[in-house]
Amino acid sequence: MQSAELEINKIRKDFPILTRKINGKPFVYLDNAATTQKPLSVINKISDYYSFYNSNIHRAVYDIAEEATDAYELTRNKVGTFINAGFTNEIIFTRNATEAINLVSYSWGRKNIKNGDIIILSEQEHHSNIVPWQILAKEKNAIIKYLKINETGNLDLNELECYLNNNNNNNNVKLISLCHMSNALGNIIPLDQIIDMAHGYGIPILVDGAQSVPHIKTDVTKLDCDFLVFSAHKMLGPTGVGILYTKKNILEEMDPFISGGDMIKEVHKENTSFNDLPYRFEAGTPNIADVIGFSAALDYLNEIGMENIRSHEIDLTKYALKRMSELKQIKLYGDTNLLNRGGIISFNLGDIHPHDLATILNSYGIAIRSGHHCAQVLMEKLDISATSRASFYIYNTKEEINIFINALGEAIKLFQL
Amino acid sequence: MSDDIYREIILDHYRNPRNKGKIDNADVVIHDSNPLCGDQIDIFLKVEEGQIKDIKFDGKGCAISQASASMLTEMVMDKPLTTAKDISKDEILENIGLTNLGPARIKCALLSLKVLKMGMVKYYSDKEPTTAEKMEKDSHLY
Repeated sequence: MQSAELEINKIRKDFPILTRKINGKPFVYLDNAATTQKPLSVINKISDYYSFYNSNIHRAVYDIAEEATDAYELTRNKVGTFINAGFTNEIIFTRNATEAINLVSYSWGRKNIKNGDIIILSEQEHHSNIVPWQILAKEKNAIIKYLKINETGNLDLNELECYLNNNNNNNNVKLISLCHMSNALGNIIPLDQIIDMAHGYGIPILVDGAQSVPHIKTDVTKLDCDFLVFSAHKMLGPTGVGILYTKKNILEEMDPFISGGDMIKEVHKENTSFNDLPYRFEAGTPNIADVIGFSAALDYLNEIGMENIRSHEIDLTKYALKRMSELKQIKLYGDTNLLNRGGIISFNLGDIHPHDLATILNSYGIAIRSGHHCAQVLMEKLDISATSRASFYIYNTKEEINIFINALGEAIKLFQL
Repeated sequence: MSDDIYREIILDHYRNPRNKGKIDNADVVIHDSNPLCGDQIDIFLKVEEGQIKDIKFDGKGCAISQASASMLTEMVMDKPLTTAKDISKDEILENIGLTNLGPARIKCALLSLKVLKMGMVKYYSDKEPTTAEKMEKDSHLY
């Protein structure tokens, strides 16, 4: 490791879980695309809220409630700054990225998608960016088109151009919803170009940033995307916090998703007026502790710098791909160009089923993911039932990749490949 | 731990599954899958005079699910239905020698038993509805 690279040993000390032993071996956590580990600062931030100023936000007038409200709203500010949103009230807290997509499909979709309209997705979407649109399409008699991916997992932009170009009254594209980085393959799509194309035809675009925002500097003002969703727990934060960014002019026209307390201005027997943005979309007591905890995660990432995180991951991925491709029994998926992929490597080792491989690796203290990664449409396209997946983050090291490679060697021996 | 799981007998049944394939004129055909892993098992049964005259399985998935299915077919071949009906989870796990599986992988080992019992419920539902009902009630046992 060279350059202004991450001080990994110092970083690793901030994550208590990394000192664990699993099956007598040092714990090697390579399932960061599923969720990341939490630094002590995040854990303490949550614990401090419960220990010292636990109270409900937005209404009570006593001191600790004001402290809690300030801390909660400060996180909203930090999220806005982190993704460079124009306005803080464009940031809505949800339970997770999935709920954020559901909010858009329910509130925006039900108002704007009509009979015969087209929603464009791709074959590499996570189920959370397929199922809400399928339900909406069934209800509205709308049509879903899946952009095909090629064998390296890249989109064909000509196909997108075709759909957009055919736009007329009978063939009406109303929304494009795509993941910036595939959770199964790690591929990064050319988002700038796609957004330019979409907006050239006046079509709004939702970006599923669950995999990209934790790893790549994301600037919504520069990107000009209409919606962005991501999840706190995949970027050192707690579970139970998702983020929906929506351009203010769009958000203002959207009806509420979940209704009840806190999202109202006035409630009478016959009618209700709704609260201002963003509170209109945050009904009921929110996940106060974890939103506050998330602010410590953002501080941590800002301190390291997103550019440094990205280059560390490129470095690790390059090394891992090189070592893995030395195994003749391996099949690697995804783009080989490191600039077009994140720190996610999907693979199969001979005919060992991914679940068997994950069980074997676990006995060496290594956590990887196996299965369809909530991307069954992609698995069908690749004509496989599952893959094994290793994914990296700021605390992973080349030494850990060596341990991982050695364990793959042991699996090859065990299965006599 | 994995050395305990992936013993020779499991790998042997995985690589050389017994009674794998289809039965054309089967009395019962039943399919189920494990949504988390994607393991899939089809079971084909030929029943004569209350006896399993032939059983075949087809499927894909991990070594544990496929080896377990292979061993289950050997366990019940030529046995009375009443015997097969009462096979417990523990018997399966003991038979395949995996009594220490965690909650995630135990589903792989028990998928074929679940499919076999579903098949028997289907078989009994015409002939002995009360038996089918009782098996369904006890379905938490497999």
